[in-house]
Amino acid sequence: MRKIIAAAAAMALAMGLAATPATADKLKIGFIYVGPIGDHGWSYQHNHGRLAIEEALGDQVETTYVENVSEGPDAERAIERLAREGHGLIFTTSFGFMNPTLKVAEKFPDVKFEHATGYKRADNVSTYSARFYEGRYVIGQIAAKMSKTGVAGYIVSFPIPEVVRGINSFMLGAQSVNPDFKIKIIWVNTWIDPAKEADAAKALIDQGVDIIVQHTDSTAPLQVAQDRGVTGFGQASDMIAFAPKAQLTAIVDDWSAYYVARAKAVLDGSWKSEDVWGGFDAKMVVMAPYTNLPDDVVAMAKETQAKITSGEFHPFTGPIMKQDGSEAAADGEVLSDEALLSMNWYVKGVDDKLPE
Amino acid sequence: MRLELEKRAEQSRLMVVVSPLIAIGLTLIAGAILFAALGHDPVRALTVYFIEPVTAAWSLQELFVKATPLVIIAVGLSVCYLSNTWNIGAEGQFTVGAIAGSWVALSLNSWDSPLLLPLILIAGTLGGMAWGAIPALLKTRFNANEILTSLMLVYVAQFLLDYLVRGPWRDPAGYNFPESELFSAAATMPLLIEGGRLHIGAIFALVVVVAGAVLLAGTLKGFEIRVIGQAPRAGQFAGFSRTQMVVFAFLLSGGLAGLAGISEVAGPIGQLRPTISPGYGFAAIIVAFLGRLNPIAILFAGLLLALSYLGGEAAQVSLGISDKTTKVFQGMLLLFVLSCDTLILYKIRLLPPRRRAETVDQGAGE
Repeated sequence: MRKIIAAAAAMALAMGLAATPATADKLKIGFIYVGPIGDHGWSYQHNHGRLAIEEALGDQVETTYVENVSEGPDAERAIERLAREGHGLIFTTSFGFMNPTLKVAEKFPDVKFEHATGYKRADNVSTYSARFYEGRYVIGQIAAKMSKTGVAGYIVSFPIPEVVRGINSFMLGAQSVNPDFKIKIIWVNTWIDPAKEADAAKALIDQGVDIIVQHTDSTAPLQVAQDRGVTGFGQASDMIAFAPKAQLTAIVDDWSAYYVARAKAVLDGSWKSEDVWGGFDAKMVVMAPYTNLPDDVVAMAKETQAKITSGEFHPFTGPIMKQDGSEAAADGEVLSDEALLSMNWYVKGVDDKLPE
Repeated sequence: MRLELEKRAEQSRLMVVVSPLIAIGLTLIAGAILFAALGHDPVRALTVYFIEPVTAAWSLQELFVKATPLVIIAVGLSVCYLSNTWNIGAEGQFTVGAIAGSWVALSLNSWDSPLLLPLILIAGTLGGMAWGAIPALLKTRFNANEILTSLMLVYVAQFLLDYLVRGPWRDPAGYNFPESELFSAAATMPLLIEGGRLHIGAIFALVVVVAGAVLLAGTLKGFEIRVIGQAPRAGQFAGFSRTQMVVFAFLLSGGLAGLAGISEVAGPIGQLRPTISPGYGFAAIIVAFLGRLNPIAILFAGLLLALSYLGGEAAQVSLGISDKTTKVFQGMLLLFVLSCDTLILYKIRLLPPRRRAETVDQGAGE
């Protein structure tokens, strides 16, 4: 019995090895996703970027991915597996993969790593993120124009700088149109949980908001908005198919251009460790088509978008007052990237206390 | 017609040994069908799943890294379950253990002494014990159902961890991201093999397995655990205290879960984060039963479950098989193993449908 098993195992191994195609000349590119690729949000868009690499570079590359990787002790193993299996470029696409990425990068100096949204780099580790707050300023303006009650409901995940920055940028945009604009905030403490997100949306609408904004990844809040006859904005991907009457626009994460450029850089040997933080200008942040909006609002949104893209205007331009009344930026002053990256305070007018 | 499970008068000794092999055989066949139906070469898929992870030194290490917390927790739980005490909250005790140990590690992060790590591990174990003591106390004082209280305390523990890493213990140099500082070298578990991830936690797991086996098979305490578990009244006549046993079981299983928690945080993770466990405390319940509540068998059950995780990941990378498929496959493995085990103790009988009158009669008789 044991002999048979051993023989079968040996045979299987031999067949397995023989079945592996020769891929020595191709660049293998690996991706680690924190969620399922079917989330229609964060991981879905990263996977979209992976497919863009395949489309652009065809035979020169081969891509693989591991999805639903938990941000705990498992992450390092998943990353190391990709490094060991001959991947030359590895994208780790969630903040929680930062330290595991650095640990694996130290062991594999010849492999290039790209870590999304982190702040630690090494000779073979780049970081990249997108200036989503640019899109949030635009939707803030739209919300203030479109809301009859003057109150938007805002569903948020975790009080990290990225999310706080989004709230502030949205509020500054809204206040530029209506200085008395208000938001109601609900923290759901998850990136994706359709049931919780839907409950939050219902609660907000019951409290009289008529626009729903989300910094969570599922399509549930927009679907609730559609059912209840209010409007909202898509998150991460264009969610118009899920809420054709409710979506005004969506802030789309578009990693395609960046991913293709980085893959090409590895292929032609010009890859260097960098920190990239791109927005509208780098086409990392894209607004989905403006729908269900009157022409003048569309014109305003497009104008703001064009000004931000050209660098003529920055959403965090002073005067900016903090919630406690102190000054964050003087008149005409633009907040530094450093200040944006560590933001843990609200602008004046936000009626919520940051969870500590 | 209906099916009924009927307890066998005697168990076949042969089947006790053969049943896991049958289960693995059935899993392989069902897995081959599953992979073939999805258009993958079944032989290659099964090779990637079960054989590749144990053929490379690297992934063998990873296998033990993954199995370590599962085994440590499951041995504690086996003692608990044998004594008929139901601790479902090992995940919470794991978390509080990690928190308590990290408190020592973070407060003394600049203290470069060989005493630091033992202190951290003791704090972690005590933390797990303290969290386990709550449901034990509620059970013995107020007769509150320990399944519910221990489970609900998992969420309390997770929110406590969340609060700490987002608030007071946040790394001041970390741009407000919810993570603690990295532990210093003196606060980190030593590696067994340079350049790998296998740490001394694996040795703790082996020690715990041996200690658990000796406790259950060779001591009066082990006898007491079994008697109280199987026949509480007989235990009372023998002078064994049910109350003391509940406390003992919770302290032991909680302490081990806490040890597993701090070993993960001071080991492979190296800092406190909002997520520190992919559900080890719950997976360990499966491991405990997969190992038939026997510490030695639990060691193998832990390795088997760890293998199924690693294999699933390998299949995603090498074959592009989706994460959902590998979970279905894991589920099939557990289903076959547990049902084959059930059939050692029980046999299935096909009975004619029960008539209504008969049901009523039985109901009245009870």
